[in-house]
Amino acid sequence: MTNSNNHIVIIGGGHNGLVCAAYLAKEGKQVTVLEAADQLGGAVVTREFAPGFKVSACAHLLYMLDKNVRDELSLDKRGLSFSQQDMKTTALAEDGNHLVIAGDYLQGANVSSSDQAAMKEYQRFMARFARIFNRLNNRVPPRMGTRNISDLLTLAKTGLDIRLLGRDDMREFLRIAAINIYDVLQENFDNPLLKGALSMDGVLGTNLGPRSNNSVFSALHRLSGLQGMATPRGGMGTVSKAIAAAATKHGATIRISTPVSRILMDGDHVSGVELADGEQITAGTVVSSADPKTTFLDLLGARNLEAGFVRKITNIRMRGNTAKLHLALNGPPQFNGLNQDRFGDRLLIAPDMEYVERAFNHAKYSEYSVKPVAEITIPSLHDDSLAPPGQHVLSAVVQYAPYELKTGWSEGKAAFTGQVIDLLAQYAPGIRDQILHQELLTPVDIEREFRITGGHWHHGELAIDQFLMLRPAPGAAQYASPVNGLYLCGAGSHPGGGVMGSAGRNAANVVLNAKNTEGTHS
Amino acid sequence: MSQVNTTGKIKAIDYSTKSHYLTKAFPSPFYSRQEALNHLKEWGRWADYLSPVAYTCSSMEYFACRNACAVFDLTPMTKYHVSGKDALPYLNRLVTREVSKIKPGRVGYCVWCTDAGQVIDDGTIFHLSDGEYRICSQERHLDWLLTNTIGFDVLVTEETHEVAALALQGPTSCATLKNMGLDGIENMKPFGIEHFSFEGTQLTVSRTGFTGDLGYELWIDPEHAEVLWDRLFEAGRLHGIQPMGDEALAMLRVEAGFIQARHDFMPAHQTVRNSHTRSPFELGLGWLVDFNKPNFNGRKALLAEKKRGHRYNMVKLDIDGNKPGCDSYVFTKNKKFVGTITSAMWSPSAKASIALATLEAPHGKPGEEFLVEIYYQKELKWSRVMARARVVKGVFYDPPRKRQTPPADF
Repeated sequence: MTNSNNHIVIIGGGHNGLVCAAYLAKEGKQVTVLEAADQLGGAVVTREFAPGFKVSACAHLLYMLDKNVRDELSLDKRGLSFSQQDMKTTALAEDGNHLVIAGDYLQGANVSSSDQAAMKEYQRFMARFARIFNRLNNRVPPRMGTRNISDLLTLAKTGLDIRLLGRDDMREFLRIAAINIYDVLQENFDNPLLKGALSMDGVLGTNLGPRSNNSVFSALHRLSGLQGMATPRGGMGTVSKAIAAAATKHGATIRISTPVSRILMDGDHVSGVELADGEQITAGTVVSSADPKTTFLDLLGARNLEAGFVRKITNIRMRGNTAKLHLALNGPPQFNGLNQDRFGDRLLIAPDMEYVERAFNHAKYSEYSVKPVAEITIPSLHDDSLAPPGQHVLSAVVQYAPYELKTGWSEGKAAFTGQVIDLLAQYAPGIRDQILHQELLTPVDIEREFRITGGHWHHGELAIDQFLMLRPAPGAAQYASPVNGLYLCGAGSHPGGGVMGSAGRNAANVVLNAKNTEGTHS
Repeated sequence: MSQVNTTGKIKAIDYSTKSHYLTKAFPSPFYSRQEALNHLKEWGRWADYLSPVAYTCSSMEYFACRNACAVFDLTPMTKYHVSGKDALPYLNRLVTREVSKIKPGRVGYCVWCTDAGQVIDDGTIFHLSDGEYRICSQERHLDWLLTNTIGFDVLVTEETHEVAALALQGPTSCATLKNMGLDGIENMKPFGIEHFSFEGTQLTVSRTGFTGDLGYELWIDPEHAEVLWDRLFEAGRLHGIQPMGDEALAMLRVEAGFIQARHDFMPAHQTVRNSHTRSPFELGLGWLVDFNKPNFNGRKALLAEKKRGHRYNMVKLDIDGNKPGCDSYVFTKNKKFVGTITSAMWSPSAKASIALATLEAPHGKPGEEFLVEIYYQKELKWSRVMARARVVKGVFYDPPRKRQTPPADF
């Protein structure tokens, strides 16, 4: 059954939804984006959390934005600019002997010359391996067991990319890609602070500790943007605004405060969406940037799907373990032994790998970390649009804070916030007195505010068993879903979360290449 | 734990001690009566239960069913109860046919598939009363049935051990039940369900069976199993009633053309090799697939298969001679291999060597002729015959009494 309706509805005005809309509109498609929140961007937004204080409310650093998206949608011409680029990382030490990491250059923390040399080698091979992922990010995942030429070509290209690493690097890649980052860092380095800081690459935003398998994979995924860390001027919302401007320029219609309540079916084909207020919008194609559980189980409904597929979607691991802390400060915080010119770095609290692993232990038993780890930025130091003059905002990603907390978050939130501020005070003793306002988003808050099941930023754990043709699940891993006319374009699809826009771009290509409105999955 | 206690009474299986696994096979609620009649003392196993292979002689039991009536204990058949607001949409997504056509008080034959359109099992859906259903099948499916509940307001419970069941099959079955006091039983139509009060409990009767003959299935709580057995045999005494074991049933069902999981097809959840599963079309059950339903498990794959064509045909073969073609290869007249026989027997009622066979498509059109390679033994001497066989359309033995309402009285 084909549906002659050419209208394309995109559910969700997050960065991927907007990227997809922009590409489709660019090709002359009639596109409408429906965003539930009162501003665009999804988890890539800037929002005022206290009068005069603005913060990137979910993602707070940009380091994976797809270069194709940036160029093809001319984001730099549409307002994307940066307050900081190629940010350095400073790993905080309680005794003030901090470690600065700038690419493969290390400074402080009594780093030995052998660690200096090892860092160069580590950065070299990790960057090389990350490049394989980088190339995969822009490819539609191949289906297994088909003779389709593009599937075979993608598999062949990836195989070739790995082969071209040469014998030694290929061996090393195959050896470490699925193991844990603790072992790999232990093999390469001595300095505990350095290892603690690097292990964070493998565990941030995940349900992993450094000793969990997949943590190397997670680190490689993080590095696959092949770019330094950056903070957009005006916060992460600037990125979404620029993409939205591109979509609008190409003719897409964008509506905010327009939550979709369900996806409508006509026989075995989607026919549009129904909004929370009852309005129905007809469309022959619906592209959802909502996470796969929301899309399939809540908006479409399991009864419109086959049971084996429903089971796969139900089994996607996507329980957030990361909280977000926002502080409004009456002045720049003073960190023990840290020069003021380093305050604008990406600051890490991860003194050693055992500390990080212990922080993770709690999460295994549905408890929050008593001594959490944190990735801290103070974006207002380089961006005066975020806070009143002389005052600052601190944004920190804090782990571990499991979505399913034993005591429940309504009970645990205040106590955990206290723990986190105690932690900060260990490194910046005066910070408590500087706090004007504070906000902590637990995974439950993230789920509610950003409409992500389980409050998991990546719309599903990033792991080898949930990657490529397994993301979000076989049957929907090529952006087309088992339902005719329904597509996915969010972070729940390949290549996952991290503010790339690649999922939106790849999905747009699939929608454009669909010969008719029949689903193309197998 | 279900045990025969000292007085010979059977209790329902009790899981509370969590030691039920120590019992290798449960006695049926009819065990005390079966045991008394089981002269061969030979027991087979059917799912969790002991099941008599034959009580005296399987041929005699077979003939009792075709000429008088025979009692078969089908308690071990897997039974699931489905109820709740979404019971109908749930079942409609589960099976390939349109379930709303199975009205309250009716039974429907069904097949259910994986997403890939491969048959998990066949079975029957009993629409016990408005919105209350029972699924009966040979294999166990609780995990799959529970998986299917996601997104539906439905309650699925296993009730295999909570319902004792007997099949009473054969030409005198109706007369026997009438004699037992089931008023109006003669007015029940094939695939109908009626509830009777019986010995202070509810006896549910369906006009169903696995023999292709006139027959009924009786459903009751296990506490009343023995009294049901006793009353039935008392009522059937002058109607030639006999107990019947697994072997006789196996003969009857082949004559009736009924396929059986793990004999004629492999349930998709039990195969290791993908290509060893079968679609409903490949089992001759395409008539159970209703593409007018917008969604059911396997729909998309089956639509694609319909377009592409299927790999196999399940056929009924009438084979020359009197040698049963058990497990035989099937060839074209040019000696090209085209398939195998999955069930075969000498049919005393059809007076023919009959078989169910899986042939590679497009072979299997009615009237098409093949050669069947049959090995047989006479006094330890093996011989081989290439017997001619042809595909027949209808069932091998199809007595009109199967459909008559009311059936002839005896």
